[in-house]
This record gives sequence, structure tokens and C-alpha cells, in this order.
Amino acid sequence: MVELTQERTIDRSHMQVSDEVAIEIRNMNKWYGSFHVLRDVNLTVQRGERIVICGPSGSGKSTLIRCINRLEEHQSGDIIVDGTELSSDLKNIDKIRSEVGMCFQHFNLFPHLTILENCTLAPIWVRNTPKKEAEETAMHFLEKVKIPDQAHKYPGMLSGGQQQRVAIARSLCMKPRIMLFDEPTSALDPEMIKEVLDTMIELAEEGMTMLCVTHEMGFAQAVANRVIFMDQGQIVEQNEPTEFFNNPQSERTQLFLSQIIGH
Amino acid sequence: MSDTHAQTVPYVRKTMVEQSPPPASEIGVVKWLRENLFSGPLNIILTLISLWVVYWVVSHVGPWLINGIWDADSLSECREIRNATMGEGTSAACFGVIGERWQQLVYGFYPKEAYWRPVVALLVFFAGLAPVLFASLPRKLLYFTMASPFLMFMLLWGGSIWGPIAVALGFGVGYAAIKLISPINGLLGTVAAIVLPILYWFLIAGPLAGAVNSVLPIGLEYIPSKDFGGFLLSSIIGVAGIFLSLPLGILLALARQSDLPIIKWCAVTFIEVIRGVPLIVWLFTASLLLNYFLPPGTNFDLMLRVIIMVTLFSAAYIAEVVRGGLAALPKGQYEGADSLGLNYWQSMQLIILPQALKISIPGIVNTFIGLFKDTTLVVFIGLFDPLGLAGAIRASTEWNGIYWELFLFIGIMFFIACFSMGRYSLYLEKKLQRDHR
Repeated sequence: MVELTQERTIDRSHMQVSDEVAIEIRNMNKWYGSFHVLRDVNLTVQRGERIVICGPSGSGKSTLIRCINRLEEHQSGDIIVDGTELSSDLKNIDKIRSEVGMCFQHFNLFPHLTILENCTLAPIWVRNTPKKEAEETAMHFLEKVKIPDQAHKYPGMLSGGQQQRVAIARSLCMKPRIMLFDEPTSALDPEMIKEVLDTMIELAEEGMTMLCVTHEMGFAQAVANRVIFMDQGQIVEQNEPTEFFNNPQSERTQLFLSQIIGH
Repeated sequence: MSDTHAQTVPYVRKTMVEQSPPPASEIGVVKWLRENLFSGPLNIILTLISLWVVYWVVSHVGPWLINGIWDADSLSECREIRNATMGEGTSAACFGVIGERWQQLVYGFYPKEAYWRPVVALLVFFAGLAPVLFASLPRKLLYFTMASPFLMFMLLWGGSIWGPIAVALGFGVGYAAIKLISPINGLLGTVAAIVLPILYWFLIAGPLAGAVNSVLPIGLEYIPSKDFGGFLLSSIIGVAGIFLSLPLGILLALARQSDLPIIKWCAVTFIEVIRGVPLIVWLFTASLLLNYFLPPGTNFDLMLRVIIMVTLFSAAYIAEVVRGGLAALPKGQYEGADSLGLNYWQSMQLIILPQALKISIPGIVNTFIGLFKDTTLVVFIGLFDPLGLAGAIRASTEWNGIYWELFLFIGIMFFIACFSMGRYSLYLEKKLQRDHR
């Protein structure tokens, strides 16, 4: 686990949770064939919340956040993102996807395009932004993730940590109102985890609504306002981080925490 | 144990070892020979056998090639020259046949006075192709590329120039439909862009071309398809097949991956049926069976029918090659494109196909080379490709009994075409290489 809190103080002045609902999930169920992956999930995310979702592998945490931008289809229940309900209507899906940024475990950068092209592609084609303006925005966000000098290289020439920061910048170029992170540091070498987490913390400090599936409990303690523990497709426990780590209620949570923090 | 060498365990290197040149046995010709030709008993034997085979082939073919006789008007004249200059029984090729008949092998029965037209058409073809093959050329040249098929048609078949122009206008109609109607209604625009040009081609294009031609008759002498032959014929069928089958094959591959069952099963049925039957059967279908299905009296150009069949045949193969490329892409690429809000056609055009096609380049070019060589099969349905013409030349009294020289020439011509395609594919692969770390 990477310790973050000793090294930097978190600026909490912009981390405000508003009453506005960003994501609402009601009685959502999902099956893979006959396997019941997500069971009756209810979750309301308010604008400005920073939620960390953890749990053992196969607990459905990735599937849950992938349902929010319809990379996975849910079979029953409602998901409402920014007031738009996710149904099979392709227009709604594309609209939600353009408002919700996503970072993947394996970055999923486009290897045949340069870093800059990766970042300007969606703004140009989805938002019809003029090329020049899109490039300026892209450079702005690449500076923010501290790799403007790599803009004309191809993803294959960058390290894993740099690639993940590009992936974050690529999502930010669409000016999303919500960011989803699906195990963003799990495929990285320990040295590179910190640079990615720093970028994510900066994002949180600016008040971005974030849902992160991660095992970085240091990150959860530093910026999350809510930690959700999932097991067997259900939300088992959720609480604010201090309480969650110091005083877990369910036995399953206690076992999980003792396994990942105990050593 | 642990205390025996205790004083040697902590160790810090003080001086770094510099790079030094390798020993003599690691570089040079000797090393290469030893490693590649004589690295073990088996390899020594194989090397010696290979050397003997090379010697045997060269010692037989070499004199035949070198003694080749170029200025003779018939096989008997060739033999007389050989007997007079080199003595009877010497091995000597008679290349006179190529000198005398090469135009027939290249142009078929195309009128002699119009030979310049295929030559200009070839230049137009290369000029049109260049900006497609080499991205460094100015993009404006692509307008010429768009016009080049019509130009080539005008040159090769001739007739009134208004015919191809009227057909080309159909694409303008489609483009106008998409530009004018799509902003109002996207689906309507797409439908109009398909339906309007088709209506135009069937109802207006013919009369329009006729009307303009009666006012202003410009054109070249019309040359019917039956006069086409030789490499001209092979190239037209091959090139048309290649350029039509690539987009069709890509669409079929995408259709096969579609979530919509009807589209998917149509594509699968088409691909499996086309692939499951030999090309020669499809060619016979094109030349014989189609006549039974078409209304009596319709004259549907045989060459056009062959081009359609060859296109469909290679499109089925291209579809499978491209499907391989699509399957080789990590699922993350599809998800990455989706997560940014790109729609299906955008993500295909911008993310998926550029990568999938890059992976499929060797397979696609392989299919193209196969297609080009398969054009020689048209000899069986009565078209005169180079092989058919070789037969005709050998049937003439002057050249009765000659064959190696003709086939060598035909082989070299095909080799040049196929080898350049293969080289271009290598160049393209290298150019698109992105993961140089």
C-alpha cells in the first residue's frame, strides 16, 4: 500500500458534496447467463462525492461501475445518470458516455494515435470542437497530468504510469461531470502507482464526482468521503472512511480489511 | 556455513567494466558461414545437397537462357539459326516468339492503332493510386483518384464520353442528397443517398447521356469487351476485383460481428456459400447459368459478370481475414472507444478498423495476390487471358510446339505484379509500426 497522507496535505476547500443527485441506482440486478452478478444494488451518488468501492475479486465492483456507462447492460432496475435514464436508447447511451469519463485498469489508449490525437479524438468527433481548440484543451490537461512533452509520442513509448495519466487526461478533455475509475493502479509497478494516485487526488481536490474501484486504501483514507464494501454482488457495508477502517461493522468487512491491511 | 566467507559478502563495485569489441570468431564471413551453413553434420549435408541442386539447375537452364535466339519469325527459323551457329542439339531458348507476339500477350485482340489507350489508362491508374498508397503525397490528388475509374473506362472501352460522366454524376446526386437532407433527418438522408442515385442511374443517366451526345458527340472509338485479352484482361479483372472486394469484404466482416441476427446470418451465409464452392464453378455460373435467369435478349457483358463473381469471391475471403483482425484487437479498444461516447460508425472508422486492417494487411494482400493469379481461370469460360493466348499462339503454324518461352514470359509478368504487391504490404506494415519502444 502506498502511503500518501504523510507526504502531502489534502486541500479540502473545493471538496463539497452538494444535494444534487449525480447518479441514482435503484434495485439494479445483473446476470451473466445464470450467474447473478449484481443483486438488488441501490446507490445514490451526490455531486462532488468521492466514493471508493472495494471488495474481494469477483464481488461485482467493476461490473457495477461499468453498468453506469453501459459498458455492461443491466437486466432489471433503474440507473439514472445526470437525470438521463439508461435504457437501450443509443442516443441516451452516447450522451451519458460523453458526460461520464472512465479510466480502465489497462488504460485502453489507442495505440495507432499519438497522445495528442488520443486526447482530441472524442472532443472533435463527439462534441464537434474545432481541431485547434481541442488541441489547446488537450495540452491544458496534459500539462495538468504533467506530461505535455510526450504529446507527439505514441502510447507504446510511454511507461504504464504515464499511459494511465494520459488516459485520465483523455477523459478530462470531454469535460465530464463524473469520473469512473476501474482499478486504475492495479496494472502498474509500485513506483508508478503514486504518480497516478497524485493525479486522482488533484482531481478530487477540484471537486470532481468520482467513483473509484481500487485497493489503494491510502487513497480512500485521504480523499474518499464514502467507502463501499461489496461482496457477492451486494453492497455489504458503506460508511465514511475513518469509521469504515477503524470500526467495520460486518464480519465480512472485518475479514477483508484484516487481509489487505494486516500485513 | 554463513561465517566462512562472511568478509566477502558486503560488496560495492568501484570500477565499471567498459564495453569491449567481440573476439574475431564472433564477427565476419567465417562466423556467418559456420553459423548458417556448416553448424552441424545435418546442416553440412543439407548445404552440400543445396549447392548441388543449384548447380544442376543453373547448368541446365543457364545455357538455354544465354543461347536464347531473339530474332526469328517462327520456331523452324529458330532451329535453323541454332543449327547454323551453335550446332544441332544445343540447348537454346527461342525468345523470338516473345519479340513477335508480346503485343498479343499483353493486349489480346485490342486494335493495334488503339494500343496507346491501355498505356495511358495504366498511367492514369498509377497516378490515381499513388495518393492512396503513399500518405506523404498531397491529399488534393485524391480528387483525381476519384475521377480515375471513369477516365480509365473512357480510355479502355471508348464510346461517347458522356456515358461515364452521366454515371459519375450519380455519385454527385448521392453526395448532394446526404448534404441537403441529412441535416434535416439523418436516416432519411442516408436512405435518399442510396435510393436517389439508383433511380437516377436506371431512369435518367442513359437518356441524359444520349441526349447530350446527340448535341455534342465527343468520344473515342468503341472497343467491345470481346477484344480485350492478355494481361490487359487479367489486370482489369484483377484490379477491379481488388478495389471492389476490399470495401465489400470489410462490410461483410462488420456484418458478421453485428448484434443484429438478420444481418449477421446473411453475412455468414454469404461468406460460407461463396467460400465453399470453387471459383471456377462461380465463373461457369457467371458465363452460362446466369443467362437462364436473366430475361431473354439481355446482353450482360461477360467481362462484367466475371468481375462481379471474382469480387464476391475474394470479398468472402477478405471478410474472414478482416474478421481475424477484428478478433485480435483487445476488448479494451472497443470499450475505450465506447466510453468516450463515439457512436458505432465513428469507433469503427477511427479506432477499430485502422488497427484491425493493419493487423490484416498480410492476409489481405495475400488474398489480393491469389485473386490476381486466379484471373487466369477465365480461360475456361472463353476469355483470352495470357494463358489462353499462349494456347492460341502455340496453335499457329509458325510457333507450333513452343511453350517454355511463353510461360516463362507470362510467369515473369505475373511475378512482377504479385511481388510488388507483396513488397508494398511489407512497406505499409513497417510504416504503420507504432510500438517501437
